[in-house]
Amino acid sequence: MSLWEYANPKKFMQTSQAVLPVIWGLTALSMVVGLVWGFFLTPEAENFGSTVKIIYLHVPAAMMAINAWVMMLVASLIWLIRRHHVSALAARAAAPVGLTMTVIALVTGAIWGQPMWGTYWAWDPRLTSFLILFLFYLGYIALWEAIENPDAAADLTSVLCIVGSVFALLSRYAVNFWNQGLHQGATLSLDKQENIANVFWFPLLVCMGAFILLFVALVLERTRTEIRARRIKALIARERMA
Amino acid sequence: MIALLIRDLALAIRAGGGFGLGLAFFLIVVVLVPFGVGPESAILSRIAPGILWVGALLACLLSLDRIFALDFEDGSLDLLATAPIPLEGVVAMKAAAHWVTTGLPLTLAAPGLGLLLSLDPAAYGWLVLSLALGTPALSMIGTFGAALTVGLKRGGLLLSLLVLPLYVPTLIFGAEAVVRGAAGQSNATPLLMLAGITLATLALLPFAAAAAIRINLR
Repeated sequence: MSLWEYANPKKFMQTSQAVLPVIWGLTALSMVVGLVWGFFLTPEAENFGSTVKIIYLHVPAAMMAINAWVMMLVASLIWLIRRHHVSALAARAAAPVGLTMTVIALVTGAIWGQPMWGTYWAWDPRLTSFLILFLFYLGYIALWEAIENPDAAADLTSVLCIVGSVFALLSRYAVNFWNQGLHQGATLSLDKQENIANVFWFPLLVCMGAFILLFVALVLERTRTEIRARRIKALIARERMA
Repeated sequence: MIALLIRDLALAIRAGGGFGLGLAFFLIVVVLVPFGVGPESAILSRIAPGILWVGALLACLLSLDRIFALDFEDGSLDLLATAPIPLEGVVAMKAAAHWVTTGLPLTLAAPGLGLLLSLDPAAYGWLVLSLALGTPALSMIGTFGAALTVGLKRGGLLLSLLVLPLYVPTLIFGAEAVVRGAAGQSNATPLLMLAGITLATLALLPFAAAAAIRINLR
């Protein structure tokens, strides 16, 4: 029994079919609990009023936007090293989800920024890095779409993902150097004294869990679709040969 | 490798297009900006470092798809890939040829165009220095982008989409070095970062670009 068994498409399809309903159920449950708790059952924060509630969408989405890229990086490395097709397809499946998370984080941030900072957009380091991340996702998806040969596309996007990761990190520090921020610092770190108050922290934790589950469910579902599409292509090709 | 560099330079200069085009484009961008933002020299001299850097970057971008496209079409890229020199070396030479035909002339022309934008007199040296340090990175990153898209029919637009986000750190540190230099502040940090980016891209990206070409030629 090893992890690599799931690299077999058949095994992957079987397992994901069995697991997906559970994951979707947990996603729905934690999403409802987290959002209802966050939106209706928490007090309004000092100085922020009810605008603080957008945190329950903004923070989990931003977290997943970054983690989706990390997952794509890992999947790309697995594809390049071990040549498992499911891994390449999972990276492809994750990209639009990560892009959507980035957009959610940017849009909720803008909606929150208007009453709080008096502007929808500022060239703040965090905002700018997210805009750059958005462009990276666009380029990655466009490269997948542009190349006909699926193996070459998987290879080239993997190379792009690795190089892009380095440059995304570099951009993060370059942007920090370039402008001082409006965005508050991290209030969720494990090692700092001053963190967000527990009343907000617990529902936020549930929402973050919900977004992780949502991401896993969407990526599994999309990977299954990609595998099916690949099979249909193979069937059509076989038909033509006969 | 030297022979390859000379061949690419000769092709770029004699076949027309690439060599003068980037410079002309740079000139036009710089001439158009004052029409857009108005002729007040106070505003112009404030934005001049940024405009010159963005202009140089776009001019670099313009000729990227020519790096491999012609060699790919007539099959010389296959020959180069099977030649006894390593493909990484070929890629590095291609980037060098691109830099000599675009980055170097842009660096040399930038002070003249800075005059048009009433650039701060203190900034001229820093502008040339930062462009000289930064444009090799632009060429190398662009060569990597060109290697990724070499097999595509209409790769030009995709190439820009892939390469522009990769240009962000270089642009930030390059423009920042000029701005700080003009203001009389210490700009050692951005200059060192710029040099670091250039050296790191020159050391590492040839491998990524060569890998991309091997995949595309498969």
